[in-house]
Amino acid sequence: MPNMSLKKHEMPSQAPDVRNKNFEEVALGYSAETAMEEAQRCLNCKNKPCIGGCPVKIHIPDFIAKVAAGEFEQAYQIIQQTSSLPAVCGRVCPQETQCESKCVRGIKGEPVAIGRLERFVADWHNANSCDLPVKAAPNGHKVAVVGSGPAGLTCAGDLAKRGYDVTVFEALHLAGGVLVYGIPEFRLPKKIVRKEIENLSALGVKVETNMVIGRVLSIDELMGEYGFEAVFIGSGAGLPRFMNIPGEN
Amino acid sequence: MYKIVKKRELNPTVTLMEIEAPFVARKAEPGQFIILRVDEEGERIPLTVADFDREKGTVTIIFQIVGGTTQRLNHLQEGESIADFVGPLGEPSHTDGLKKVAVIGGGVGCAIAYPVAKKLHQQGAAVHSVVGFRNKDLVILEEEFKNVSDLCKIMTDDGSYGTKGLVTDALKALIEEGNSYDEVIAIGPVVMMKFVSLLTKQYNIKTVVSMNPIMIDGTGMCGCCRLTVAGKTKFACVDGPDFDGHEVDYDEILKRASTYKEFEQREREEACNLFKKEVK
Repeated sequence: MPNMSLKKHEMPSQAPDVRNKNFEEVALGYSAETAMEEAQRCLNCKNKPCIGGCPVKIHIPDFIAKVAAGEFEQAYQIIQQTSSLPAVCGRVCPQETQCESKCVRGIKGEPVAIGRLERFVADWHNANSCDLPVKAAPNGHKVAVVGSGPAGLTCAGDLAKRGYDVTVFEALHLAGGVLVYGIPEFRLPKKIVRKEIENLSALGVKVETNMVIGRVLSIDELMGEYGFEAVFIGSGAGLPRFMNIPGEN
Repeated sequence: MYKIVKKRELNPTVTLMEIEAPFVARKAEPGQFIILRVDEEGERIPLTVADFDREKGTVTIIFQIVGGTTQRLNHLQEGESIADFVGPLGEPSHTDGLKKVAVIGGGVGCAIAYPVAKKLHQQGAAVHSVVGFRNKDLVILEEEFKNVSDLCKIMTDDGSYGTKGLVTDALKALIEEGNSYDEVIAIGPVVMMKFVSLLTKQYNIKTVVSMNPIMIDGTGMCGCCRLTVAGKTKFACVDGPDFDGHEVDYDEILKRASTYKEFEQREREEACNLFKKEVK
């Protein structure tokens, strides 16, 4: 019998008077009990509209069913089939306009807290599982990814899972792009991003920092002397815009 | 990690380092810069490429010890490494077609002016260099400048070496003597570049200056290095660092450059005593 509560389980978070004195993450994440209870709000409906709202088509009802059953590692494996960055997406994806906006439970009451459950599963995996992801058999093809932000990392993860030899080139000294310099610590802790990148490294993805592609190496050089057969450019939309207020310079 | 293969003290507050960075050395051109971090916790600082050796795969930087980061960098010895070294960034200096050029260097800015003078000399241009320092002890790269110049004038503020006076005095004299230059290239403190530009404007000589405002990523993203050139906002990191000296709003840059003065001062005081060097 599903849990028919009209409201999502509250996200435990730091009290205002505490969080205004530190830079740590505000939302603390569900406990295993809360996650299992929230997971039971999913009706496992036939049409699965939530999947249609997800850009990477995570098998949402399937992973939620595993959470409800307390099989958290299996839940992670389901998410991981289609998403390379679950701990990041569980925190910063706009679920309210994506998967959760389509949830039938949202017609009357609040939708299932899909994002919070995704976050719980990813955090549980990172805290409890020491199994390294299984490296795919190499297929002998080399791909270069320019930019180590969310687009580049996702692309690198998906290719590595299919056996490609992937190298990510990052212009700054640290991988992560907007995930590290754009999203603040209290919203997305840097160590979560680092962990996700470690997971990609375990899949065989190589990261080269301090490489401004276009300056240090050109696409022609990557595809010529360095033997990359394809290049994915995920350089981001980094150009700032100014408001043209007198004195702003 | 990027290894320091050579370290030389040019004067008590200016150090030269040759760094192993084959990717940077392959593409570097005079006028471009690099960004480095001393260690994993360090800040990113931009420094202009002073020289490069494509075969050895090394890049030479010259820096003045002014704040916490340059103190820490100066504390490293040959054989040790720095965490990050990225480049070449920015646009190379345009030297094509120049036949007779006055290269003006001020203080540690001479480190940036030298590779440009060298390139001009190599392409057969007549180079008149005027380099200025506060006093005799701070003179750097004298031999190097003499080797690539048809005429080299050394100026000091107090007259303890070369001729007493400012670089603008020497430049003015050269112009008055009838030298006509295709271009004047001025690299040094902002105030110096401002007054060189004001002088050359009177004679209507094209002037190029090299700007080095505060920078973070160096790829056109953060916007910290912005300045106003001909009434438009430009980024020193991707549009420069070279700009038309007659169009730059120097007073705005001077104001912006003072933003972190207090912070730098504190940083310098807080740094370990071992790093401390008096900046004259």
